[in-house]
Amino acid sequence: MTALELARWQFGITTLYHFIFVPLTIGLAFFTAWAQTKWYRTEDEKWKKATKFWGKLMLISFALGVATGIVQEFQFGMNWSDYSRFVGDIFGAPLAMEGLAAFFVESTFLGLWLFGWGRLSKKVHLATIWLVSGSTMLSAYFILAANSWMQHPVGYEIVDGRAQLNSIWAVLSNNTALYAFAHTILAALITGGMVIVGISAWHLLRNSHNNVFRASMRMVLPVLAVSGVLIVVVGHFNAELMTDQQPMKMAAADAVFETTDNAGMSVFAVGDLESNPEGLRRNIEIPGVLSLIATGSTNGTVEGINNLNAEYRERYGPGEYAPIVAVAYWSWRVMTGIGFALSLFALIALWYMRKDRLEGSPRFLKVSMWMAALPFIASAAGWVFTEMGRQPWIVFGELQTQFGVSPTVSAAEVWISLLGFTLLYGVLAVIAGRIFFKTAGKGPVDEGPDEDPESAHLGLAY
Amino acid sequence: MEDFTTLQVVWFVLISVLWIGYFILEGFDFGVGILMKALGRDENEKRAILHTIGPVWDGNEVWLLVAGGATFAAFPEWYSTLFSGFYLALFVILVALIVRNVGFEFWGKRDSKAWRNGWEWCILLGSAVPALLWGVAWANIIGGTPINAEAEYTGNFFDLLSAYTLLGGLATLAIFFAHGAIFLEMRTDGVVNQRVRSVAAKAMPVAVVIPAAFLVWTVAAQDPVEPVSAVLAGLAVLALLAATLVNARSATRAFVATTLGIVTFFSAIFVDLFPNTMVSSTSSAFDMTLNFSSSSDYTLTVMTVVAALLVPVVLAYQAWTYWVFRRRLSAEDFGDVKTPLDLLDERKREGGDGKGTDPGSGQQPASP
Repeated sequence: MTALELARWQFGITTLYHFIFVPLTIGLAFFTAWAQTKWYRTEDEKWKKATKFWGKLMLISFALGVATGIVQEFQFGMNWSDYSRFVGDIFGAPLAMEGLAAFFVESTFLGLWLFGWGRLSKKVHLATIWLVSGSTMLSAYFILAANSWMQHPVGYEIVDGRAQLNSIWAVLSNNTALYAFAHTILAALITGGMVIVGISAWHLLRNSHNNVFRASMRMVLPVLAVSGVLIVVVGHFNAELMTDQQPMKMAAADAVFETTDNAGMSVFAVGDLESNPEGLRRNIEIPGVLSLIATGSTNGTVEGINNLNAEYRERYGPGEYAPIVAVAYWSWRVMTGIGFALSLFALIALWYMRKDRLEGSPRFLKVSMWMAALPFIASAAGWVFTEMGRQPWIVFGELQTQFGVSPTVSAAEVWISLLGFTLLYGVLAVIAGRIFFKTAGKGPVDEGPDEDPESAHLGLAY
Repeated sequence: MEDFTTLQVVWFVLISVLWIGYFILEGFDFGVGILMKALGRDENEKRAILHTIGPVWDGNEVWLLVAGGATFAAFPEWYSTLFSGFYLALFVILVALIVRNVGFEFWGKRDSKAWRNGWEWCILLGSAVPALLWGVAWANIIGGTPINAEAEYTGNFFDLLSAYTLLGGLATLAIFFAHGAIFLEMRTDGVVNQRVRSVAAKAMPVAVVIPAAFLVWTVAAQDPVEPVSAVLAGLAVLALLAATLVNARSATRAFVATTLGIVTFFSAIFVDLFPNTMVSSTSSAFDMTLNFSSSSDYTLTVMTVVAALLVPVVLAYQAWTYWVFRRRLSAEDFGDVKTPLDLLDERKREGGDGKGTDPGSGQQPASP
């Protein structure tokens, strides 16, 4: 394999791994803050237990997110130095802003929250967890603003072969970024929420700490239902925007090869095993639906891969401008399929809750447990889709991925870091997974009063 | 064309400040991490040591992330050449930082000696390796590395290791180790405190001699000698010497001195580097100037506004964190058996009015 291919594998592996913890942390931090707010208001012991319990799980996720996040920032320079030279004037700014505006807040106030039990006044202590929650979301915004610039570059001009920023406002208010932000935050709330639902279901099935877990479920389910509905709506607008900004990605998502009006949505398609098979062998489709999703009208025109390829060849020169169609097609289906399934689940669960039948239905609880794995698969599929669907571009329309890789880093060097990170991440996954499930299975711990700082922070800290 | 503009100098200084801030803060984290295993004889002692940096190490490490991000934003060419050039060295640093971070978090998560022992090794190596390699890296940056006309690094990993750069690595390792030992002197009580005092007394002279040798070599290699850099180098040696001398009397003063030592040590390095971001050992014509490395004026202006607004806020709440967690810790704080009498004693010792265990509340704003 070439250094380019290896660098791409490394980026894919490290990013998907990092993004297991990102939505989980954002989601859990939000619900931990909410539980603590309820404790602050009601002084009911069960909410304190819930706060500490979900907070503990959030910390495990946060630790891995931080540890793997440094790699993300360094790897642009390490593996993608020509890309970094090309975009540095623009791309570095949101990264630096993330550090200054969000990450400092996140890490400092998490330390204050974690070690501040009984040491800070209750009000200030509550403020620290909300600052953590808010800054995890702000972090996501800056990173998505940077990523969205790669999907849909704005606010720049090309000077001496490099992208030069001429409007920071355009970059930060890029509609691609705003939609991606809404999409990601909703996904994070669903991820954290589903994990809470799953773990709560596990405990309710075993009749352990019923009051804590019943309360947690009731806290989460309405948010889950609202987020589930909203993410479908936002997802639809995302798709429309993508049709407009990256039509090739949308065409590949549905394996539409020839431009059509009234395009049908493919349910199951088979093509030749090639990166771009230029046509399908079999295709089962629902008439009109793709046009509806992509353009908002059943008669809307959806551009086809072959037509777009011809158009791009004229504009950018000879080459292949389609992504690996099968990857785009299936990752899109996995993401949206899970999205719909989870929304439906959340609505049904809310209905169960309103009827007060949550605890009485072991079958529902069992299903909930397994459903908790789905958001992670959907997130991974979503990133695979958005990043691989953009190929061959690293910056859409401006720079191809093959020209972004570090020219002087050898394949051997990338092999070392690729294997090193993959191995390390694998080992950490096993260890962290065990700790996570053990902590989750143990349930809330009864502790001494908070007024004694020593016994109090022992419960959460090292 | 000039070698630099005012904004470029501002950002060179700001990035220097970020790196120096990182080395001051994570410097003692590294020292504490290296010392934890040998210094703590039992679980409670180790836990006390870990808790001295527990609330702050993560925030300290963000200084590195921001230094990296700021370099990317303000000097993309510097970021690109440095990070792709020092590839394997940075890979090793990243792995070390990851196992160290995870070690902090997971050390106490299982009640098993073998488990804790494994993570103690991770914390030890994860602290010692970056403490050494950051020195190696900066010695390379100012000493010069093979860089061609396209601003690409043309050497390999082993080109980064020479007598001079290894000496630089040992210098930072020695400084951070001593800095961490003195930090522990300030933040601990009881047997741990007594033990760390004798460690610091032995470590401090080493943290004078090796950095002094490295700085002499650095200044001697300057052609012509840069007076400002040479003066800063002299001040660094004096500060570290002062730390050695006052340490027996006051750990706080010694800590101020090692902090100043780090500030002047790295300032000498940054002044030496100025007005370049990378020095080419291939040809001085390929040295990367600030002007060559930098982002556009517009981007630098935007980032200046952002930094001017946010850096003071960051400094304020990080300082507040240290204030909240200023109390000394000892192994007894983490003992399993604790009678109410002990607690009462502790409160009297601390606050005098019986309510002293809550030093944070009452004096800070409701929401910072």
